[in-house]
Amino acid sequence: MSKFISAYYHDEEDLIKGVRQIRNQGIEPADVRTPFPVHGLDKAMGMKRSRLTRVAFAGGAIGGLIGFFFQAWVFTVAYPINFGGKPFFAVPSFMPVTFEMTVLFAAFSMVIAFFIHNKLGPGAKTIIYDEQVTDDRFQILIEADDLDEPEQQRIEKALKEAGAQGIQLTS
Amino acid sequence: MDNNTFILSKKVINISLIMIAIGLISLAYGYFGGLGAGRIAANILMNTFYFLGIALIGLFFVAVHAIAESGWQVSVQRIGEAMSRFIPVGGILLLALFSLGGLSSLYEWTHTEHLDAILLKKVGYLNVPFFMIRFFIYFAGWIILAWLIRKTSLKLDVDGDKFYFNRLRTVSAIFIVFYAVTSVTSSFDWLMSIDAHWFSTLYGWYVFSSMLASGTAVIIILLYVLKRMGYMTHVNAEHVHDLGKYLFGFSIFWAYLWFSQYMLIWYANIPEETVYFYTRLKYFNTIFFLNLVLNLAVPLLVLMTRNSKRMFAVLLPVSAVVFIGHWIDMYQIVMPGVVGKEAGIGLLEIGLTVGYAGLFILVFFHSLSKAPLVPKNHPYFKESIEYHTNY
Repeated sequence: MSKFISAYYHDEEDLIKGVRQIRNQGIEPADVRTPFPVHGLDKAMGMKRSRLTRVAFAGGAIGGLIGFFFQAWVFTVAYPINFGGKPFFAVPSFMPVTFEMTVLFAAFSMVIAFFIHNKLGPGAKTIIYDEQVTDDRFQILIEADDLDEPEQQRIEKALKEAGAQGIQLTS
Repeated sequence: MDNNTFILSKKVINISLIMIAIGLISLAYGYFGGLGAGRIAANILMNTFYFLGIALIGLFFVAVHAIAESGWQVSVQRIGEAMSRFIPVGGILLLALFSLGGLSSLYEWTHTEHLDAILLKKVGYLNVPFFMIRFFIYFAGWIILAWLIRKTSLKLDVDGDKFYFNRLRTVSAIFIVFYAVTSVTSSFDWLMSIDAHWFSTLYGWYVFSSMLASGTAVIIILLYVLKRMGYMTHVNAEHVHDLGKYLFGFSIFWAYLWFSQYMLIWYANIPEETVYFYTRLKYFNTIFFLNLVLNLAVPLLVLMTRNSKRMFAVLLPVSAVVFIGHWIDMYQIVMPGVVGKEAGIGLLEIGLTVGYAGLFILVFFHSLSKAPLVPKNHPYFKESIEYHTNY
């Protein structure tokens, strides 16, 4: 398990200012933990756009194609049945299932990709570095595994200058 | 936000007057060129309904957001309000059409002397006096509620009084309920009764969704025009993004309803229902499939990514395609029933649409110049300006 330098704030405005300030000094926070969503934090942290939409598109496309071609195979090759004189390859009647499969696969692929990427889901271990984060504190985490002593002191100093109300080493 | 008032320039008036003149010339061409009363009446009905629908969506846009108490739309709210001023104009045009002999050339059920068994059963609803009573009820309701919403919104802008904020919400709620019923019955009356033997319970919603998509496209186009003129500088990519999402979503919603109607009729295969699609697939084959390409395939594929919804360079062409696409949708709703296989798209169709567009923008810009362009005192105005979408 990795070690982190943890700095906490009581106010989200101070937090955003703090994050901006330490990033200006070349210190990248590993994560920022807040008890509620903070507007503008994404931009302050310089987070890139989520790639979840691409997963959704790929999942949806795969689901739609599977849905369509499975029906096409079933109703023309595997088990052709005459429904009210309709042609065996009846595209309009495939559409509802194709649509539902697209939605289903897109949704599931997004949920699964999200869980895998964030190491969440059933059986995942909850890691809380500071109990107060679940209540009223905002916490910046900076990785401290490979840091030597002067580097660590520089970061702690920068955090203090950036208005952190408390700094500790957590693991 | 120095340019708070829209000044109706001479140029705008001239352009719209030229467009109206083109419309009148093509109408005269249709009349003297012997294109037939049916085709002229069908053109007037279709264009009036198309632009009336867009105007109603402008009002719907304002009303629905007032109920939802959402913030972002406040910055573009005036566009919707100004669009709604076309409703009385559309009412006058429809009334002129119906009273100047349009009824008999458009609707088979008005020929009471030779009705068949199916139409005789529908006489209780489809008769001229009741038809006109419904017409006046729809327009009385729409015009009064549009006027109330506009008036309340302007009063709210004076000092942001909470009383008017709540009243705007109440009036909007009344409009939504009234419109929910009348949008369905009015499309039953004016459009579905063209094919009086045929019926579809989904029809009202199908037409409404078509109006929703074209109305959103027109809001985007008008927003772009205003920005090009140097107004609406407070509207940024975030607001455009949301309008783009609307266009994307409503296009899919339209296709969903289109397909729901088509598939049930196709699957059941009952002659009295399939007759509707039989005519359209046999004589209007190109239009029928073009309709789906323009209104579903183009918005779905082009507007799927986030960036294309935020840039006018992409969003504007798509809006234009959807605008034309739903005009074609309206064309294939009206024409096959009235004109039949002789229908075409000629000078009359295109010229008259240009004329209607001219009238619409004249009414729109005139109404826009009557009120401050930026609703600065709206309680949610600041929220609207600060609005941003997360990734």
